[in-house]
Amino acid sequence: MRTIGVISQLIIPLFILFVVMYGFFRKVRVYDSFICGAKEGLEIIIRIFPYVLAIFVAVKTFQASGAYDWLKDILGFAARPAGVPPEVFSVAIIKPLSGSASLGIFADIVKTCGADSLAAMISAVIIGSAETTFYVLAVYLGAVGIKKTKYLIPVCITADVIGILIAITVVKLLF
Amino acid sequence: MNVIWFVLIAVSVLFSILNGKLDEFTKAMFDATKASVEVCLFLLGIVALWLGITKIIEDSGLIHKFSGFFRPLISRLFRRIPADHPSITTITLNLLANLFGLGNAATPLGIKAMNDLQTLNDKKDTVSFEMMLFIVINTSSIQLIPFTVIGLLADYGASNPSAVVLPTIIATVISTVTAVYILHAFRKFLK
Repeated sequence: MRTIGVISQLIIPLFILFVVMYGFFRKVRVYDSFICGAKEGLEIIIRIFPYVLAIFVAVKTFQASGAYDWLKDILGFAARPAGVPPEVFSVAIIKPLSGSASLGIFADIVKTCGADSLAAMISAVIIGSAETTFYVLAVYLGAVGIKKTKYLIPVCITADVIGILIAITVVKLLF
Repeated sequence: MNVIWFVLIAVSVLFSILNGKLDEFTKAMFDATKASVEVCLFLLGIVALWLGITKIIEDSGLIHKFSGFFRPLISRLFRRIPADHPSITTITLNLLANLFGLGNAATPLGIKAMNDLQTLNDKKDTVSFEMMLFIVINTSSIQLIPFTVIGLLADYGASNPSAVVLPTIIATVISTVTAVYILHAFRKFLK
């Protein structure tokens, strides 16, 4: 655990040192190369900005309109017979949409249900094992200007739903 | 994406009318515009940084070394990527960054990987199978240790915050493998 923590801290500085040294001794003009690469950044951000904006507007208004509360209540009610704490669904719904919002909601759950509760445990595993799917989709597809996504979106949604069910099952089996 | 976006917006407007939350709706909309500018400005910095670093990797020929090293691993999943293609390196670096929970490096490297995969794509406006595979692996998350979550649990006095590590790894591995299978299943049935 701790070792991996240390590796995570070391990996970026060491990697950058390695790349710069390798380039320098290979007689690459590292500074000029860096500038040349970094220049493309602006172009990419301008390309993805409208996609990020579209996702943010949809997600934030969805949360503010009360639609989100309604959906999580329904799911929480439906899953009660299976012994799944209803709070879990507030994280499960928001995680694919927004990373920062899901952490905020997770902190709330830990505060109200307790850090050792089943709800906190399941939510923790959902946050750790799911991604902000729609943000990734918007940014990655936007960056290369893909318009036709074939069956990618249904695959991602199916995978998200199954991923959340897996997270719930794993925690219920282990604890 | 057209359907998803339409549903989210339409449902949001309907619910805010039904719940009498029109003020909140409008406020959320303007908050979102601000948040998206902030996120993009932040991304601009780190994307430019990592594009600069990857440019050094390309110019120094290090990219071929990396590609040769990681090819056996990557080409098992991404069968149609040619042996010495730069996308092998950027995909690997993105997956490694994800594995170690380095979100700030993962997104820029992912964008670069998408750009590299686009050079192999015959139809530029249509997503290729390799891109779909790459995105599906990314969206199912492959992080080893969820540091933020453990930190939060510890802050609120969990008796053993690192107890989430094992279930998270198990859930992540199963869900990523399942996601790849779902993608393959969709391709099979829709052909």
